[in-house]
Amino acid sequence: MSTSPDLSVKIHDLNLKNPVLTASGTFGYGHEYSDFIEVDALGGIIVKATTSKHREGNPYPRMAETAMGMLNAVGLQNKGIDHFVRHIYPTLEKYNTNVIANVSDSTVEGYVEVAEKMNKLSHIAAIELNISCPNVKEGGMAFGTSCPSAIAVTSAVREVYDKTLIVKLSPNVTSIVEIALAVEEAGADALSLINTLLGMAIDSETRKPVLSTITGGLSGPAIKPIALRMVWQVANAVKIPVIGIGGISSAADAIEFMLAGATAIQVGTANFIDPSVTIKIIQGIKEYMLKHRLSKLSQLTGKLVY
Amino acid sequence: MKKQLLDLNVVSNTRLNASHHLIELSSEFPLPAMIPGQFAEVKVKNQSETYLRRPFSIHRFDHATNSMHLLIKTVGPGTTALSTLKKGETINVMLPLGKGFALASKSKVLLVGGGCGIAPLYFLAEQLSKRGNEVTILIGGRSAADILLQKEYRNFGRVAVSTEDGTDGEKGMVTQHSIISKGKLQFDRIYCCGPDGMMRAVAHIAEKAGIICEVSLENTMACGIGACLCCVVETNQGNRCVCTEGPVFDSRELKGWTKGKEVSCTLDNNSQ
Repeated sequence: MSTSPDLSVKIHDLNLKNPVLTASGTFGYGHEYSDFIEVDALGGIIVKATTSKHREGNPYPRMAETAMGMLNAVGLQNKGIDHFVRHIYPTLEKYNTNVIANVSDSTVEGYVEVAEKMNKLSHIAAIELNISCPNVKEGGMAFGTSCPSAIAVTSAVREVYDKTLIVKLSPNVTSIVEIALAVEEAGADALSLINTLLGMAIDSETRKPVLSTITGGLSGPAIKPIALRMVWQVANAVKIPVIGIGGISSAADAIEFMLAGATAIQVGTANFIDPSVTIKIIQGIKEYMLKHRLSKLSQLTGKLVY
Repeated sequence: MKKQLLDLNVVSNTRLNASHHLIELSSEFPLPAMIPGQFAEVKVKNQSETYLRRPFSIHRFDHATNSMHLLIKTVGPGTTALSTLKKGETINVMLPLGKGFALASKSKVLLVGGGCGIAPLYFLAEQLSKRGNEVTILIGGRSAADILLQKEYRNFGRVAVSTEDGTDGEKGMVTQHSIISKGKLQFDRIYCCGPDGMMRAVAHIAEKAGIICEVSLENTMACGIGACLCCVVETNQGNRCVCTEGPVFDSRELKGWTKGKEVSCTLDNNSQ
């Protein structure tokens, strides 16, 4: 009988029982999926973005299906940090896994306010700074597409946040490596990438854009090769851990991201197609490790063979 | 009601007209309890252009025979693939999703369906009939060929029909039918499913008569379980997910609906 492989990984101070996390905005607050899976079996969940103030998000239509993916333009709909602390956080305390809060806003002060309040919540193990949302008019992606603004928001949050600080990067840039290095220098403990790619859909019959916002963020298997390339480039450039995101739908996808240099991965859009896909990915990674006689995942991360 | 992810067996696939198929599904495991107005998210196999699941109302659910039906209108590649399902094949579904209709009892109720909008009304009519309601079902379409399952609906109450070309029932839009356009409306509650313009017009008529009108929305959606926030509708309380807080809403909750003007009934906006 073979011994069970060790799937645990470490992202700065964060101990994950396995490398499978859920991407913010695709997993609600976890309870949406509890009929289908045991949420505690995941390495962690990254909950829907929280901003300093209540946001209604963008008007409907917010979604367009694409070949092997989808565009969304939700626009950070959430009830704000004070509502989160009072009403949502208590429902997250039951989880026996890492709960990570995605933090976004339209101003540096807003990011700092949310991060400060999250810092006081003992059951929030880390925050993921969202400087890459393409669906809001102000802030969001604007912070993540230039080095000075990425540095400004990361260093300001770093001053008020003590626990693990992950920064989620935008792929909508000329050089993601430059932004990654800037954010690492500004105090990030880990990087997650990629957020959605800016895209667009048009209805040829009506001649109108499908989304109310005209453009939106592309996700799903369609973006996987781009995400994989960016993870590989960034992981080769920075010293901090990288969390891979982008179209991951199977254990093989997850392993490809680890080979490219990811320490952990996030599953996003695939949750919509199969709400139990995360559990299947964890099981598949375990089987891969047994088959390839790996005892720990550090034997995989960055071990791409040239 | 726990949501489930199930592989269901196709028992039969019946073509009703040029674009509608009735698919009966069963399982070796007990199907979960469902209520009228709830829906299933169906996975289309092996289709790269249909990445997401498709939402369909539960058309029929029979606890005794452990079977259910979906009524599918062929609109795009996803529904075309589903329309070719054969007996013995399986499809993967998530169900039951969403909130259903509020079931009246011992009342006079009117069900209004336009086109494929009759899909959830069969299960609803059956359950309302069981609860001792006096049920009237008004079905609208472009032409006689669009009026589906009239005979089956007669098992649950009176059936009225309107067609735009006058080939069956009264000629005109469903909202012009004498049942709802003439005299005082003699109903305690109206249930409506169909194209957006038709539902707004029916809701407006109900509002003027002081009758509660429940409508079933079919916004495009991704997850079906309230996680992605893509399918929202603007309500008096802000944006709400159609998949979890609907698809059935009291029309008075929907922003801009109560003051809606009457618009003509077009039958084209079904999910693909």
